[in-house]
Amino acid sequence: MKLSTPKRIAVHAILIVGSCIFIFPFLWLIITSLKPVEQIMQMPPDWLPRAHYATLGGERVKVVKEPPLAEPSVIVVAVIPPRPGEDGPRNERKVLPAKSFRNGLAEIKLAETREAATIRVPATLEKHVPEAWVLVREKLERLPTDPGPPPRWDCVGPDQIETRIEPAWWNYRGAIRYTGYYEGSFLGLSYRLPMFVIYLRNTLIVAVFGVIGTTLSSALAAYGFARISWRGRDALFLVALSTMMVPFTVTMVPLYGVFKALGWVGTLKPLWVPAFFGSAFNIFLLRQFFRTIPHDLSDAARIDGCSEFAIFWRIILPLSKPALAVVALFHFMWAWNDFMGPLLFLTRQETFTLSLGLQNYQSQHGGSEWHFLMAASTLMILPIVVLFFFTQRTFIQGISTTGMKN
Amino acid sequence: MTPNERRNLRNGLLFISPWILGFCVFMLYPIAASLFFSFCDYPMTLPPLWVGVENYVDMACDKVFWVSLGNTAYYAVIALPLGMLLAIGLALLLNTKVRGMAFYRTIFFLPSIVPVVAMAILWLWILNARYGVLNYSLTCVGIPAKSLPPWLQSEQWAMPALILMGLWGVGYSVVIYLAGLQDIPNHLYESADIDGANWWQKTVHITLPMLSPTLYFTLIMGIIGTFQIFAAPYIMTEGGPGRATHFYSYYLYNVAFQDLRMGFACAMAWVLFLIILGLTLLATKLSARHVHYER
Repeated sequence: MKLSTPKRIAVHAILIVGSCIFIFPFLWLIITSLKPVEQIMQMPPDWLPRAHYATLGGERVKVVKEPPLAEPSVIVVAVIPPRPGEDGPRNERKVLPAKSFRNGLAEIKLAETREAATIRVPATLEKHVPEAWVLVREKLERLPTDPGPPPRWDCVGPDQIETRIEPAWWNYRGAIRYTGYYEGSFLGLSYRLPMFVIYLRNTLIVAVFGVIGTTLSSALAAYGFARISWRGRDALFLVALSTMMVPFTVTMVPLYGVFKALGWVGTLKPLWVPAFFGSAFNIFLLRQFFRTIPHDLSDAARIDGCSEFAIFWRIILPLSKPALAVVALFHFMWAWNDFMGPLLFLTRQETFTLSLGLQNYQSQHGGSEWHFLMAASTLMILPIVVLFFFTQRTFIQGISTTGMKN
Repeated sequence: MTPNERRNLRNGLLFISPWILGFCVFMLYPIAASLFFSFCDYPMTLPPLWVGVENYVDMACDKVFWVSLGNTAYYAVIALPLGMLLAIGLALLLNTKVRGMAFYRTIFFLPSIVPVVAMAILWLWILNARYGVLNYSLTCVGIPAKSLPPWLQSEQWAMPALILMGLWGVGYSVVIYLAGLQDIPNHLYESADIDGANWWQKTVHITLPMLSPTLYFTLIMGIIGTFQIFAAPYIMTEGGPGRATHFYSYYLYNVAFQDLRMGFACAMAWVLFLIILGLTLLATKLSARHVHYER
């Protein structure tokens, strides 16, 4: 439909607003994944990731800020009395309100003792800190489980802290390493890889084997249904179609039994082996395509003495690349997304796919590690989005045909 | 049978033999077994024990079953029409030969390829009651902090939250509708133009009737899809708060793999199958009058 200019502007306006709303969750995902952890739970939220720098021990380092001090304070080295089980007193650097430090004695709140919450201990003054200065801690880009010295800290004037807009790329490295490592061996070579990489490997195994399997077997079956006429063919095809109506939950429990009997539960096999036996949807899709190929081609080949399989392999398949691409692409996407299958059949961490790994990670650490969760989610979404951009035409065509040929 | 026919039969069966094998092992046997189990007490560790229709009777008396059915119906009744309206609206807008159509289409489509687990986690964060960006945007448009919905933390708002998330993935239908719209022959609009029809008249009398087979197709796919929603409640709410997002498939999974009541789960699966079949038939019946197939 051709539209007048004001109407065209109105359509564009609606579409632009709509696009912004639809794209926003992606933006928020990426922004969150690039924020340092302290910035995540800020209200109102900051739209850009920022990093703070200050000089600690003569060195310019990335730091984490605490709220400005409410009153004039001091940094002291206090002698903390030993707790039960400790050998002797230990020295500890602390920030205290200036009024809590007098005559070499500091009033210290002890977290671990309930009664006598405040005690006086000997302490030596390190420096005075004016009101509104800020305690900064060195930002350590490491996981809580990683070894290393505790962060350095100091109090500095607000003007000595430099804030830059800087993405926390480290979140991605953290997210990959956060789920731990897997140690295994392959052909006698031992390796140690982050769990996340193992999840990725498993997902690729399931997706790639599944794609090969379903494309081959569905094409074979589709050829049998589309290019050869035999008695009972249409009835059987109807049976194949009707299996699309059966919800997975109906077959779920006995399927679990089948895989258990085969000893496949806990391995990746239940997720890709069935693909080698065709799927109704793909058979349907390919049959529709095979039917459009002129019969003259196969007839000519038959006269030349080609076997039925040679016709399928040498003539029909090469002509059907677009349809095969649709099937392969859909299956890859499906395998990458699948959650219920892995949840049912996988039991050990080292066999998890990305879907299951990410869910497992969320249910264990959810609620606070949003920067890692968003980084990991981005890593899971990104390959699919990239794949989509490279195969957009195939994809849109595939969806359009499934919608039309009902 | 002529030799030719015999050869064709042999070849045909040979070509479909992988599918036949898979169909028997991964479809036919499980369907039959599931029907049998649905009349059994079957805790997986012990062999199934025939109990007749007990599972179905239990189901009728099970409050949680009805709650989960109600929740699923609630979702379907609100989310399906809402999603279809939004998708049709977007498809109509995108079909107006505006510049940059491919760009817009990509943007609207993109959310529907996001893996469900990643989507669930992303929306957990967006919908977070305290730090979520959605509630922050609501405060920006002037909604007072006290009346902000707590989304997934309240029984009242958890379902609308999931519906909202579902609408984000509407792009898939948009693409299907767009294909349908582009198949409508132009001469229909041209003759309508000659008769002086306005945009609304053309939409109601040409576009929607011509699109009705596609609408019908997406409606049925939508019904089937809704009754199988599992990942979102499993990951985001664990069916809660209370039982506010106890979906049918979520309950079924729990009955099967948490309580190990496989017989009951199979019975639920069969009831689900019958519901889907019934609704599809109903949709076919109702649409027979309204769906317009060319030829």
